[in-house]
Amino acid sequence: MANKLINQLGLPKSIANIFTARNIITAKDALSLTEFELMELLDVGMSEVTSAMAHISELVCPPCQTALLLMEQRVRNESLAGHLPTQLKGLDEALCGGIPFGVVTELVGPPGIGKTQFCLKLSLLASLPVNYGGLDGRVIYIDVESKFSSKRLIEIGTKSFPEIFHKKGMAQEMAGRILILRPTSLSEFAESLQRIKVSLLQQQVKLLIIDSMAALVLGEHDCGASRQQALGWHVSFIKSLAEFSRIPIVLTNQVRSHVGDESLMYSFQAQSRSTKGDIPVTFDSHLVAALGINWAHAVTIRLVLESKSGKRFIKLAKSPMSPPLAFPFHITSSGIVLLDNDGIEMKGPEISTIHCQGLSLMKADKLVQLVPFNNLYSFRYSELVSCPAIVATYSYVSRLCMARDICLSILLVLLITISVSPSWMGGLSHCDHTWS
Amino acid sequence: MEIGMLPISASKRGKLLAAGYTTLHSILRTSTTHLVRDIEVSESEALEILNFATRSNDLDKSSGSNTNVIDGGQTAWDMLNEERFSSLITTSCLDLDNILGGGINCKEVTEIGGVPGIGKTQIGIQLAVNVQIPLDYGGLGGKAIYIDTEGSFMVERVLQIAEACIEDMSEYSHHFHKDNQAFGVKMHPNSILENIFYFRVCSYTEQIALVNYLDKFVTEHKDVKIIIIDSVTFHFRQDFDDMALRTRLLGEMSLKLMKLAKNLSLAVVMLNQVTTKHIEGSFQLTLALGDSWSHSCTNRIILYWNGDERHAYIDKSPSLKSASAPYSVTSRGIRNSTSSSKRIKMV
Repeated sequence: MANKLINQLGLPKSIANIFTARNIITAKDALSLTEFELMELLDVGMSEVTSAMAHISELVCPPCQTALLLMEQRVRNESLAGHLPTQLKGLDEALCGGIPFGVVTELVGPPGIGKTQFCLKLSLLASLPVNYGGLDGRVIYIDVESKFSSKRLIEIGTKSFPEIFHKKGMAQEMAGRILILRPTSLSEFAESLQRIKVSLLQQQVKLLIIDSMAALVLGEHDCGASRQQALGWHVSFIKSLAEFSRIPIVLTNQVRSHVGDESLMYSFQAQSRSTKGDIPVTFDSHLVAALGINWAHAVTIRLVLESKSGKRFIKLAKSPMSPPLAFPFHITSSGIVLLDNDGIEMKGPEISTIHCQGLSLMKADKLVQLVPFNNLYSFRYSELVSCPAIVATYSYVSRLCMARDICLSILLVLLITISVSPSWMGGLSHCDHTWS
Repeated sequence: MEIGMLPISASKRGKLLAAGYTTLHSILRTSTTHLVRDIEVSESEALEILNFATRSNDLDKSSGSNTNVIDGGQTAWDMLNEERFSSLITTSCLDLDNILGGGINCKEVTEIGGVPGIGKTQIGIQLAVNVQIPLDYGGLGGKAIYIDTEGSFMVERVLQIAEACIEDMSEYSHHFHKDNQAFGVKMHPNSILENIFYFRVCSYTEQIALVNYLDKFVTEHKDVKIIIIDSVTFHFRQDFDDMALRTRLLGEMSLKLMKLAKNLSLAVVMLNQVTTKHIEGSFQLTLALGDSWSHSCTNRIILYWNGDERHAYIDKSPSLKSASAPYSVTSRGIRNSTSSSKRIKMV
């Protein structure tokens, strides 16, 4: 809307010509200058500039709706007033129906906790017919790390919805609605997004899953400004895609260890804290979500999956309409199942912290048991962060193979050969962190 | 005041100087016919120049009398009387209202910032509902404009908060006005939703255009009493290579909003994000958009986590003391914090 041409906006001829003469062609050009600058540039009086800008602004600004209108539209046009039910009762209730349309939902957690499993289940749910609680539409699954397993998808389907999947040809039709894209770089990803945008409504796509966002971005740029720039552009694009097409977009994010002293504070907090005396600083190198604080602001809903003393929890860390609840879950052959539908209410910033204690990883159909590591190991591997040789070799080998099975066999071999040395174990568990 | 300060175009200014009119005084001494002849402009343009000159001259004059000598100025006593009757919008949390001196002030621009998930959007939605509390219940009975730049406005949540607000109001009328049966107008949550005007902004140009347009919109909808911008940062944080341009545009936008608040007597609430800054050898949290932006608002409130509780801290205000108060976000909206040690901390 901001790209409207000035000479098509119905301004009086004289002033429209002056705009064009000074190379201000679109409304965006005009709005990117302050009124004083425009006055100097166009050589006209202030009152004329003000009235011209008021006219342009009125035509460029977005339409006005009321909140009531929004609600009525959603209730009327969309299934369940704009939600995709996850079939996890407690979660759906907390989210007022399910994963909401038109906004970005993020799943963040340590590797192997079940993010991809959740995504597989969601893609299945979106493709189901409406009378089974689905959206009866197509799904686009952007699989960056080649984690999509169609075998596992069918397994989840047959176990959770046996009445559909045992019918002839239904499995093929359901699986046929899920389109998998595998971009290998950020620019390829951006291109596929542009193509998707065009065909979104035509092909009745009802869900977009990106697994994982962090792998795309972290592989490309160095830290700092250029990465933030690229991320910023992609965030806006994905959000506008979600809103313009009113579909849910689900992304997964990785975690990284927070190597640093206490958490960040404001300047007024720092002052009061210094007077109170020193607070013992713990070396608990807990985990934080990757991609930074800008990203955390940009996503609308953040679901944290974590593992605490052997039990897994899914937490509503950021959601404008839900209380801060944590639900225990485990992964069965039919996907993620909640153990308790009421959820535990968490107070304070505890809801956003990510733990990874005592986790036994289950990657698709293979079971890889990593030695459970507690704080002692966490401390030690944070020392080994500067172990680039292992990380580099591992990632190089994995990129070569591109098939997870081979990687896992290599992992098993490595695990066996270096299981004698505890400090190397710490280093390896760090590698697992950065890779998956 | 010299010719350079007059709001006329550069070429006219050039012509005036070339014709020998170097000071204001010289313009005031001539008449329109002389101007027309000397600088070759039309009659109406000459008249306009003279008007500008006389107005600027009046602003410079000082006179000995006590009445309003300067056009557009106001004495401090008049302002005090006005402020006494100025309206306040409650935040539904008693502690927060107390440190704010009763609530969010109309006629002022308030900025509220905090980390993601602390409750900025919640406060925004609560204020959009609370401004509609009828006059009988101590509210303003006004309407709200909600400008959404991030897409975080969830209609389901607005409905929850609106319903809770209506329940609270009917409880209040039940307790205090048991005898008066016809007291309270039974409001419906849909009517509350209807009075929130929603704009979805997708780029910074749309944001600037909307702020320009708000003047006209609010004059047409006279009962709008609060404008909430959620968040003012989002579109200005990306794809701005020229930081100086960003500062200028933000400065102009904030001036327009301040003018809107002052002239039309409404509250402007801007929600801001946080960023990290390297101060004195360590990284600290600070509100986004830079140092020059911190001058753009009248009051600044920072929301932060203190242990397990959410607190609000008044970081900058010309009239309020620096204090912090706890609040909580419940299913009914923003409410008092439930912890036992609820005393307001004076910093």
